[in-house]
Amino acid sequence: MLQNSENRRSAGVTSEQVDAAAVSADAVVETRPLSTYALWTVPVAAAIVLAIHLWVAKGETATEYRTYTVFLSVFVIVSIILATTQRKSLWLRARMRGLRALFTAALLFLCVWEIITAGFRLLPMPYFPSPAGVLQSMINDRALLFDSTWHSLLLLLSGYLLGVLAGFITGVCIGWSAPARYWGMPLLKVVGPIPATAWIPLAMVVSPSAVFSAAALIALAVWFPVTMLTVSGISNTPASYLDVARTLGANARYLVFRVAIPAALPSIFVGLFMGLGASFLTLVVAESVGVKSGLGWYVSWAQGWAEYGKVYAALVIMAAFFSTIMTLLFKVRDRMLVWQKGMIRW
Amino acid sequence: MVASALHLRELTKSFPAPDGASPRRLALDRVSMSLDAGELVSLVGPSGCGKSTLLRLIAGLDFPDSGTLMVADKPISEPSAERGLVFQDPSLFPWLTVRGNIEAGLVARGVLQQKRSEVKEFMRLVGLEAFADAYPHHLSGGMAQRVALARALINHPKVLLLDEPLGALDAFTRMRLQGEVLRLWQARRTTMLLVTHDIDEAIYMSDRIIILTQRPGTIDQIFPITLDRPRDRSSSDFLRLRSEILELLHFAGNRISAIST
Repeated sequence: MLQNSENRRSAGVTSEQVDAAAVSADAVVETRPLSTYALWTVPVAAAIVLAIHLWVAKGETATEYRTYTVFLSVFVIVSIILATTQRKSLWLRARMRGLRALFTAALLFLCVWEIITAGFRLLPMPYFPSPAGVLQSMINDRALLFDSTWHSLLLLLSGYLLGVLAGFITGVCIGWSAPARYWGMPLLKVVGPIPATAWIPLAMVVSPSAVFSAAALIALAVWFPVTMLTVSGISNTPASYLDVARTLGANARYLVFRVAIPAALPSIFVGLFMGLGASFLTLVVAESVGVKSGLGWYVSWAQGWAEYGKVYAALVIMAAFFSTIMTLLFKVRDRMLVWQKGMIRW
Repeated sequence: MVASALHLRELTKSFPAPDGASPRRLALDRVSMSLDAGELVSLVGPSGCGKSTLLRLIAGLDFPDSGTLMVADKPISEPSAERGLVFQDPSLFPWLTVRGNIEAGLVARGVLQQKRSEVKEFMRLVGLEAFADAYPHHLSGGMAQRVALARALINHPKVLLLDEPLGALDAFTRMRLQGEVLRLWQARRTTMLLVTHDIDEAIYMSDRIIILTQRPGTIDQIFPITLDRPRDRSSSDFLRLRSEILELLHFAGNRISAIST
């Protein structure tokens, strides 16, 4: 990093700008201007997609397609504005250089999707609506979608945090203390690998409410990987760290909280990520079988009415929702593990 | 007479054999030695002679089979801040900055509030003030080892145990750090016990050199080094001592292998 900040200074860029723009950790930011070709790929691609859309939508009713038309038009206009103003901001230029190909590919994907659905009707309806249809469903049902997302968020967070807390505590105990390991490890090995969703029948019987049991199931799903990876991190604490700490006058408390746990953090974060994946899965399953709210419930409800536009709308929101949470966890990790070198970037 | 800072008597230590069946392997056999307060003593010997084992016993990280260990007339029963330890691998805590590592001993003993001013002093002592907020993975090997020294010294240990602390460094860095350790030693008059496999280093730095035999480790010979400090590595006295010790080690090696075959 020391070396790196040296490079940054010589490139005449503040490190803040670089951090925001850097796609990979140590990328040296290119400050060369973009070529005309590179500059106009995205606006031109967007304009072509818009033209194709207008041609496809020619014979259709306007209401169904208007939102998508507006969306694409706004995209074209914004991309033109950005292409003409990128000269003023190095940050913007670096961003555009990095994202150009991805945006073009995404536009192409939307275009192909529209052609094979609304254009030539190659796929059976109503299972495969056009992007315009999905966007329209999203707009029309926004209140319920928002409400579902909110409920999913509450359920996910309560279950995840509970599972992380429980997993961290059991993990530290089993990883550090020999008696806890003797009794805990067999239990962990036998009970842990059962998928949390397999407990659904039991959860339905014993729990007072569906939401409560769903939170417990999510916690269980998170608990196992977090415990496992915490145990592994704690018990693999390099002996030399513990030896040195003891010769510095450390007591058991210091050894656990200030040596073993920090040393285990990289491993614990792997557990947190695995637990997050498991929690998404359990959330959606729990919502589609028991809980009467949330995005999982919304998907199966919309499917029951054969409103596939809404199904895809919910999937798009789920993708954004889950990847936002994943990104947040990566941010937390990056902050807490700044001392590590060679981290995977999200 | 000055009370001995460190006193070992008839220290014996064995380890289980790797296969678990054969008799235990003797690592140290009735080792006795005494270090005066403020003395710098080197332990030299062939690899596997139990030098590091001896240091771990003194640190309190391992227990002897028999024999007594005393620091300032008190028996050693567990690790303590009064016996600092520096390994060949600096073993800095990677999640703490240079400052955090140097503070670690004060935090562990719960005296950081009272002694915060010393942190700066020790960073200056090892010349790392500019790197206070750097993490260990940014440091070179020599810098990391200086942090490890400061981390051990901030507790004002009665004895500082150095287990080949400069062994992993390149020749130039090693010579420079030998000078620095001597400077720290002269400034603080900490009793130091240095394990090394580098004869030049032992002669350059120590008041006495204790030579151990191959396993099981016993004291073979003790060389007082009376050369004036700062010592000249190329003086004739230095070179004469060097060849004497080399010859002894070589001879000792032959003698042991003759017995064991």
